[in-house]
Parts: sequence; C-alpha cells; structure tokens
Amino acid sequence: MANYYQPEIETASPEQIRAWQDERLVAQVKHVWDNVPYYRAKMEEKGVTPDDIKSCADLHKLPFLTKDDLREAYPYGLMGKPLSECVRIQSTSGTTGKRVVAFYTQKDIDLWEDCCARAIMAVGGTKDDVCHVSYGYGLFTGGPGLNGGSHKVGCLTLPMSSGNTDRQLQFMCDLGSTIICCTPSYAEYLAESIEERGLKDQIKLKAGIFGAEAWSENMRHDIEEKLGIKAYDIYGLTEISGPGVSFECEDQTGMHINEDHFIAEIINPETGEVLPEGEKGELVFSCITKEAFPLLRYRTKDICVLTREKCSCGRTFVKMSKPMGRSDDMLIVKGVNVFPSQIEQVLLEQGYPANYQIVVDRVNHSDTLEVMVEMTPENFSDNLGQITEMEKSLVAALKAMLGIYAKVKLVAPKTIARSEGKAVRIIDKRKI
Amino acid sequence: MKINQISVFLENRTGQLAEITHLLADNGVDMRAISIAETADYGILRLLVDDTERAEGILRENGNILTLTPVTIVGVPDEPAALSKLLSVLADNGVDIVYMYSLFTHPGGKAYMVFRVADKDKLSDVLDANGISKATKEEIGLK
Ligand SMILES: [Zn+2]
Repeated sequence: MANYYQPEIETASPEQIRAWQDERLVAQVKHVWDNVPYYRAKMEEKGVTPDDIKSCADLHKLPFLTKDDLREAYPYGLMGKPLSECVRIQSTSGTTGKRVVAFYTQKDIDLWEDCCARAIMAVGGTKDDVCHVSYGYGLFTGGPGLNGGSHKVGCLTLPMSSGNTDRQLQFMCDLGSTIICCTPSYAEYLAESIEERGLKDQIKLKAGIFGAEAWSENMRHDIEEKLGIKAYDIYGLTEISGPGVSFECEDQTGMHINEDHFIAEIINPETGEVLPEGEKGELVFSCITKEAFPLLRYRTKDICVLTREKCSCGRTFVKMSKPMGRSDDMLIVKGVNVFPSQIEQVLLEQGYPANYQIVVDRVNHSDTLEVMVEMTPENFSDNLGQITEMEKSLVAALKAMLGIYAKVKLVAPKTIARSEGKAVRIIDKRKI
Repeated sequence: MKINQISVFLENRTGQLAEITHLLADNGVDMRAISIAETADYGILRLLVDDTERAEGILRENGNILTLTPVTIVGVPDEPAALSKLLSVLADNGVDIVYMYSLFTHPGGKAYMVFRVADKDKLSDVLDANGISKATKEEIGLK
C-alpha cells in the first residue's frame, strides 16, 4: 500500500507539476538576478535577463554552474539571502581544494526535511517506526537530513550517527529499530556484525535507506538477504540541499526526483546540449524554491537516465536511474559513451575481480576497446574450450551493457599496472 | 592411484613458458611431459612432473594460476599401429577424449600416452574390459 508524506504533491498530475515548475523557476531567476551578483554576471555574459525566462522551456538559456564556481565563490558568493536570515551551514567532504559550504534559511531546512520525510514514508515509514539514523551528524548532510525527515514523519528517531558498532547493535536490539539510514557499505558491515554475533533474531528492521555512495544491485540483494529487509536508494548532494533530492519507492526501479523543488535536466557532458528524456547523460539540477543557496543549472557530474513512465507507487515525479558513473570518467568510443563503472559491474556479475584495465586505441581510423581482466583460480580450468566459453559470455555481457564490442584480454593475476597502489583503469592511446 | 597433471594459465607474453620451466628446473623438479593449448591471447600449459606436490607449491608461490587435473596414462608398445589400435578401442567404446599427449621419456621402451577424458570411470572400465593396463606412478617415475 502506497504511503505518501504529501500526497497532493507527490501524486500531482504532470501538468500541475509543470505549472509549479514554470511559476517557481520564473520567480527564482528574478530572485537570483536581484540577489546573487556572481550568477547575474554569468547571465549577463550569456546575454540572458530574467525577462527571457518565461517557463521551463527557457531553462536551457541559463548558464551552468559547476563545482569550480562554488570554489571560486567560496564562501559567500552564491548566497541569495543575507547571513542574518540563514540558520544553518552544511559542507561537503571535498577531496581537493576548498570545501563547498551551503547555507540554509529555516524555509530551506523545512523543504529539505520534507523531501527526506517523503523518502522515509516511501519505504513504509510511519509514526509507529523507530528510525535509526547512522549517517554522520555534523557538517555532512546525511545525519541532519534524515533526522529532520524522521521527525516530520513522527518516527521515534535514534540519532546514532556513525561508528561504534557495538552501541549501534545494542540500541538496534534493545530499542527495536525498524528503519535504518546509513551508507550501503556500513549496512553491509552491520549485516556482517549481526551475523557474526548471532543477533539476527533480535533485529526488527524492515527497511533501510542507503545513500551517499555508489552501490550495485548485487549489494542491494546481499544487504536485503543478510538483514532480512528491503533496501532503498536515496540520492542528494549538499550543493542542492542534501539527501532526499530523489528517493526510491517500493517499486525499486529508480529514484523519484522531488520536482516541486528541483528541476532535473540531462545534458551531453561534452557539449552542454540538453538531451531528451530517456537518454543517458549528465544530471543537472535547478533549485526553484530554495532561498539561501539557490543554485541554477548546477552540473552534478553524475551520469544517469531520467524516465517518466507511470510508477506502481502512484507518484508522478520523474525517476532517475542510479548514477552510472561520473562525467569525468566518461570515455567516448566509436561515438558511444562508455563508463568504467559499467565495465566493473559486468565483471563482478560474471565472477571476475573488479581489477581491470581499459585500453582504447585507434586502428585504421576506427576506435578499438580492449578490457584486460585478471584470471582467477575459480575461473581457470585445464579445458581451453571452457575458458573460451567464459570469455565469450563476458564479451556478450559487455556488448549488452555498452552497446559496442569490447575485446577481452585475460591476463595473469596482479599483472594490471598500479601506480601508488591505485590501479590505472584507463589507457587511452588515441590521445598520444 | 591418481595421477595429476598440473594445468597452468599462460598469458600471451613471450618468455612466460621459459620462466616456468626454469623455475621448476632450478628447484630440481623433472618434467615427464608437457603440452600447450592456446588461442591467440592466452593458453594452458599442461605438465606432468616427477614431484607434483612440490611443483604445485613452487608455481603457486610464484603467482601462477593453476589447477590439478586427474589424467590416465597408458603405455603402448613401440611398434607400428599400436597407438591406432588403442585409439580404435576407445572410439569403438564411445570414450570421449578431451585431449591427449605423450611422455617424452620411454621407460621400458614403451611410448606412454596421457589421456584427459570426459568420463574417467568409463575409460577405466573400457581399458579393463580390453585387458589394457594403466601405467602406475612407479612405472613412469613419478613420486
Ligand atoms: Zn514510485
């Protein structure tokens, strides 16, 4: 049975959603023009004024924002409200350079928590649930976001934060946690610890909301089986608000984007051109209701596909696929976009180690793609025919995933070159 | 008495075969038979050695991927048509040979054939029924 936090919004007609988006986008562009000089300068540079933006159909006219802009404008350059009206700062765990900081008014916090509440109710959460939040609390958005959403649903909220697995398991058993929110890798760790300690009978979990890192369908099945729960995906980024930008429903076939707050576009990462729905490309978000940090056309670098098929849960929001990779890692081979993560997924499914190397070359004006894969003791046999069969099925699986032929080269273990312990995944000889 | 062949994964790289044979020779392991099956990109080295357990350990320690495969060895008199007679018996009785090769030593003046078959028990029965004996480890100098 479907479970909504804001049914009138989550199941609104596509026309209604579009009407909200048109109206809010126009107002947001005016707000940004008037209050964010950094973005206004970008608009002026492109020759666009708020008068040019009359509906979502004009969205493509606006300039993009990237993480580089956020660093350049650090810390206050992209704010849409004075500091006196802001009530919160969150920050991303950047790997290089300056951290990205995002600001929130109380209204921004409310809409973010609403999004998380929708995610919790979509996995069956009610006020009778005990919601165990094991995301980190602090600058990281995971803990605060789900914590707020859990309050809004009325769950009994356990603000566990991350770490201290003994205490996590003790509370889980003693206080009867029914919903767990954490990273998928921590969920796997918890599942193993529960197995080791023989606590499975004392665990009352029914659902988990897992995000903030990439995970595969295999991992989902593994977690579901070990914990005896349904495992759901959640997506978000601090720049846009935090977890809950999109969330999975009982259908488990992609994440519904909260389109009353965020407009999603898919673009060609090379050209910036907007692609039709259903095509694979880089995900771009425009925040149309946020006040303090109102990013427009922010490039996420996540590659995914949007689909607007009718969902069994009754929600009408567009669904995004699990990100298939980062636009930074994308290779174009024979005109087709290839992501190392896709190759990795096929290898794992076919029982090969995820230690691989992709070699792209150009022979007689035509691109070639070769995947070097390490042989494993399990896959080895004294029978050449058997190995050839396995190789053939790997080639077929790669073709099905990528849409182009990739030659497979089986190599001895530990032969794939590593630099400083990190494997070199891609060798593109075309650029040399 | 089970006789195991060592099957080693070979990638298509010059010198890998020599590395393996040197490694075994340096460690005092004697080879009795060797056979290679290959495609353009990789291959399988099949070895019979005097001390299988020792060779297995050495090869594994050096990062090779290998598997042990039970094989059947039959000695045939060193005379014309002896091998073809044996193969006819196997064919007539429906023994499915996956591959075969020969020892490079000729103990007792006989030629020895190494058989890897789909059904080892069936091969055994057919040999017994036709009064053909399987070679023992001692006979061909295996430990
Ligand atoms: Zn749905």
